Order: sequence, then C-alpha cells, then structure tokens
Amino acid sequence: MSRERPHRDGGPAGADGAGPVTADSRPRPRGWSGNLRDYALEVRGSVRDGERGPLLVIAGLIVIWIVFQALDDKFLSPRNLSNLSVEIVGTGLVAVGIVFVLLIREIDLSVGSVSGLAGAAFAVLNVNQGVPEWLAVIVAVAVGMAVGAFHGFFFAWLGVPAFVVTLAGLLIWNGLTLYLLGASGTINIDEEGLVASLTSRHFGDDLAAYAVAALGTAGYFLAAHRKRSRHRAAGMPYRQTPEIWVRTGVLAAVSFTAAYTLNRFQGLPFALLIFLTVLVVSDYVLRRTRYGRRVYALGGGVEAARRAGIGVERVRVAMFMVSGTLAAFGGLFVASGLTSASPTTARAAGSGMLLINAIAAAVIGGTSLFGGRGSPWSVLLGVLVIQSIASGMGLLGVEDAVQFMITGGVLLAAVAADALTRRTEARRGRP
Amino acid sequence: MVAHPPVLALRGISKRFGGVQALVDVDLQVRAGEVVALAGDNGAGKSTLVKAISGVSPADRGIIEWEGRLVQIKRPHDAHALGIATVYQDLAMCDNLDVVGNLFLGREIDRVGVLDEVEMERRARDLMRALSISIPDVRIPVAALSAGQRQAVAISRSLMGAPKVLLLDEPTAALGVEQTSHLLDLIEEVRDHGMAIILISHNMGDIKAVADRVAVLRLGRNNGLFDVSTVTQEQIISAVTGAADNAVAHRVKGDEEAWP
Repeated sequence: MSRERPHRDGGPAGADGAGPVTADSRPRPRGWSGNLRDYALEVRGSVRDGERGPLLVIAGLIVIWIVFQALDDKFLSPRNLSNLSVEIVGTGLVAVGIVFVLLIREIDLSVGSVSGLAGAAFAVLNVNQGVPEWLAVIVAVAVGMAVGAFHGFFFAWLGVPAFVVTLAGLLIWNGLTLYLLGASGTINIDEEGLVASLTSRHFGDDLAAYAVAALGTAGYFLAAHRKRSRHRAAGMPYRQTPEIWVRTGVLAAVSFTAAYTLNRFQGLPFALLIFLTVLVVSDYVLRRTRYGRRVYALGGGVEAARRAGIGVERVRVAMFMVSGTLAAFGGLFVASGLTSASPTTARAAGSGMLLINAIAAAVIGGTSLFGGRGSPWSVLLGVLVIQSIASGMGLLGVEDAVQFMITGGVLLAAVAADALTRRTEARRGRP
Repeated sequence: MVAHPPVLALRGISKRFGGVQALVDVDLQVRAGEVVALAGDNGAGKSTLVKAISGVSPADRGIIEWEGRLVQIKRPHDAHALGIATVYQDLAMCDNLDVVGNLFLGREIDRVGVLDEVEMERRARDLMRALSISIPDVRIPVAALSAGQRQAVAISRSLMGAPKVLLLDEPTAALGVEQTSHLLDLIEEVRDHGMAIILISHNMGDIKAVADRVAVLRLGRNNGLFDVSTVTQEQIISAVTGAADNAVAHRVKGDEEAWP
C-alpha cells in the first residue's frame, strides 16, 4: 500500500517538450486506497454529519415537550400523547406527499385544498348520494390523484412553473369544494363508518402496540445486520456491530416507550399504524428502488437526469400525482377527525393552515426546499414538532391569532435553517 | 499505434446555422489508443463538431465512418449505440447523489427494481482503482468533491458503457495545476486501455502533454493536422490564429493523404 506515485515532470504546462508523454501504466495508489480503518472512521464521520440535523430536531422536540409539560401537566399524559399520535396523521400524510414533490425541487401549494376536496367528495358521495363508503373512499383518493396529474401536466408538459400551477389549483379546488358543499352546507359523516374509524379506532389489545414496536426494532436490526454482512463479504467498509446494537437499542427504547404510553390510554391507534406503514413504504421506494433513485436524481440535477436517460416529464407528473393522492388520503383523516365536511373547514383548508403545517413538517424534519435531500421519515419528526406546538397551545387556550404567528414563525425558522445548511454545505463541499 | 484503422472517421462534415456556415468540409480521424486534440479559437467550430459527433446536433452534409463502415448519427442515442461517449464541459452531475449513484445513474444494477447497492459500490471502487482516481470515498456526494475529482468521476461515468471513442469537451478548463496533472494522467490511463480520445482544448500545454496528434479548426474549416511529437507550439498557435492560413491549408491536404 505504500508504493509511491511517480511524479510526472512538467505537468500540465507541457514543459517536457515535444512528443507524447509516455504514460505510466502501473497502478498508482493514491489517497483513497488507504486502509479500511481510515475508511470506517470517514464513513462514521459522514454518518454523524448527516444525523446532526435530526438530533437537533429531537432536542427541540424534547424542549417543547418539557416547556408545555411545565405549563400544563396534562400535556404528557397518555391521553394527550395518544390524541397527538392521531392528530399528526392527517397533516403527516399530506406532508409525505409534499416530500416527494420537494425532492424533485418543486412545490405543491394545493395540498390543503385537495385534502378538503377529498373530504367533501367523500361526504357528498357517501352521505348525499348513497354511494357505498368503500367506493366513495376510492373515488375521493382517485380525485386527489387526478388533480395531481392535472398539475403535473401543466407543469411538466406545458412548462408552467409548479408554484403557479398549484397556486391556481389552491383556489380552483377550494372553489370546487365549496361548490360541492354549497347545496347542503355541513355534511356529517357516519360516526360508525369506515372513514370515522380511521381516527377513532384503536387496537385495544396491548399486544398490538408491542408487536408493532417489536417488528420495527427487529426489522431495523435485521436490515442493518444483513447490510453489514454483505458489505463485509464484499470487502467494503461497514458499520461496526456495537454501533448497530446501540442504534437498535435506542430504537427499541423509543418504540416500546411509545407503545407502553399508548396502551395506557386506548392502545395503538389505527391511524398511527397506517401512517407508519406509509412512511416505511415510501422510504423504501425512495431509498432502495431504481425509481426512487430517479426522484433524487431529478432533485440533484435535471440536466444530468435527462442525459442519463431518465424520463424527466413522467417522473415529474408522477410526483405530483403522489402528492395529490396523499393529500386526498390525509384529507380523509382530517374529515374523520371532524366527522364532517363543512364549508367552514373547507375555507380553513383553503386558507393554507394545513398547507403551511405540512410544508413546515417536511422542512423541519430535514427535507430541503432546494431539492434532492430529505426523506419521508423527516415528516415524522417535523409533524410531531408542529402538532406538539398546536396541541400544547390548544391545551393552554392560546388564541388562533397567536397560533398563526407562532406556526408561521416556526416555518420561517425551519426554512432559514434549511437555507443555512445548504450554504454551509456548498462552502464545505467545494474546497 | 499506426497499425490501427481509424475507429471514427469524418469526411467533409458541413453544418450551417441560418446564415452562418459553422463547419465546412471538415475531416477528422481517430484511432484506438490515440488522443487527438481538437484545437481552435472561440467560434472555430469545435463545439459544433463535437455536437455533430455526439448526435446532439447532427451535421448537414458529410460522411461518418465507424470502423470502416458508413454510419448515420442523427440522435444522441445513435452515437451512444455505436460506442461514442461524451463528457460535456458542465459535467451534468447530480450533486446530491454520491459517486456510486452518479456513476450508475440511468443504468443502476437492480433486482426487480430494488437497487443492489453493494454490487454497485464494489464496481465503483474497482473502476476508481483501475483508473487510479483519487477520491476520498465513493459514498460521498459529488458536491463534496473538488472540480478535478468531479471531472474524473464524470469521465469514469462515461466509460461505464464500455465506449470506444471518448469526447472530452474542455476538461481542464476549470482545473488548477495539480488537478490538471491528475486529469492528464487519467486521460493517458484511459488511452492505454485502448480508447480513442478526442480532446477539445484551448491549452497548448495540455495538448502537448497528452495528445498524439492535433487537428486545428479555424472558421469552421480544417486548418492543419500535426503530429504533436514534431510540431512546435508556435506552429499550432499560428494555425489557430490564422497567421499561417495558406501554408497550412496546403499542408492539410498532404497530411490527410499521408494518413492511411
């Protein structure tokens, strides 16, 4: 490993006179072919770099919880935390959709209106028109997907900037929602029905929550272990076993504590299970599949993606469809929580509160507005922060006006942190 | 080296943009294991010629021969299918992806859609080692690489499809002295693997350092073809600037016939 790299005389200035310089074809190990341990250190260092953001958010979340607990000791009660775990789902699902769009360096401003539209479409179809619930749910989600395709078409094929397309969409779909509800006003949905059960149903059996916690921990451990074995077999740097154990241990502690807390109220909420499933699936698709790689590539450089043969337009349309679909799905959870669809909530959806919460959740968790960086898991952290603040302020009876200002301020802070991260990365990136 | 027939031969390539005649009857040949530098002032038609070869903007007239047989290059796909790889000046990398991700972009190794990261990383390491490319790690985002390292990664990416001709558009333009030296090493390394390389460059130093021959374009026409081992820098420069217009124009003919 210590063979020296022969220095070529003259260098680029070509002082070595006429004639092609004879190439030295011996392998010339340079910096990188050093030993494995240096590598391991380097890799560990870079992992830590990548984790600094989430650790900061977790610290922030803990501070928020301590502050609200100090102000009102009901905040960390199993009941409130259990409700929190259900409340995060509607916004969280919408935010996962936002992540897909942010990854390709675009934005979808219509998600709040689309979620309102889905709730209204479901209520009108099921309650007013007597369509079976399951069919109304499918139609409502399909409406979201179609709306996303509509936005995607205008953006990807006609070249209208996404923010304008979806800003127009914000108004159009909100108008359509009000129009649908116009004749009947508030529509109450069946409190025993499928959609209502999305947020009201809990798995009463303690085993359910623990099983999910155990499954998640074991799944993480097995995946990490398998990755390690394969890397080791291929003679490449790999994560050390103790590190895997520590990570698994932390994950186990968090998930079993959460399960225990949920079991002290009504058990594992159905909504939370769905949310976690969506997170696991979308994270897998984005991180581990060929398709997901294309999504990240688009966020990193459209021209590079195009030259690599990626169908840029199709991926773009698909991302807006994902965003519309998840917005509609999240909208059903919002309607479920309210057990109604009404012009008032539709107007609220159009006012952008849900949109701002969803974008804030994605960005706080570490998904970049500048494209190509982030993951669905970032939403879990971000939406916990956002909903904890909302829930705490609700408990304390803080008025809407103040809540708006605080939520807006949190979004601004998150975006500023994102921009700063990007700047420091750019500075460090190109020495 | 002379024993090889040309991999790629262009004859009488012409290209017109509206009223501007960008290329007029340009000839160019390149053999396996040879570096041909393409020199010329700004607007001489170097980039237009590259785009004609890479299929981005096909020529209006002229003949392209690939390994002795007549071919058409109408689209980038045609050039790619023949085995012509191009590294553009802007590199076109995804800054957020790591080196492995960029190397395999668009040709990922997968099993039913699921990426085989281990295999891709292994091959990426092998490639970096085979080309003696020095980067800190194949798992860091390319945004964290220096300009020279990015250029090296871009070149190795273009080699992934096992091409026979490599077009490099001003690869050293943005590099410092040390990085340029590394890049020239890399070009030689690639050449020694039997690749035919067309190197567009402004830099006489680079040309003298790695090229075997240098073809000069001036105002869209051939303005000289020199053997780098016998030509002086002044001769190239006078061909580039047009100080030797007539004399060289005559020489071109003679030279072209002399090449088998």
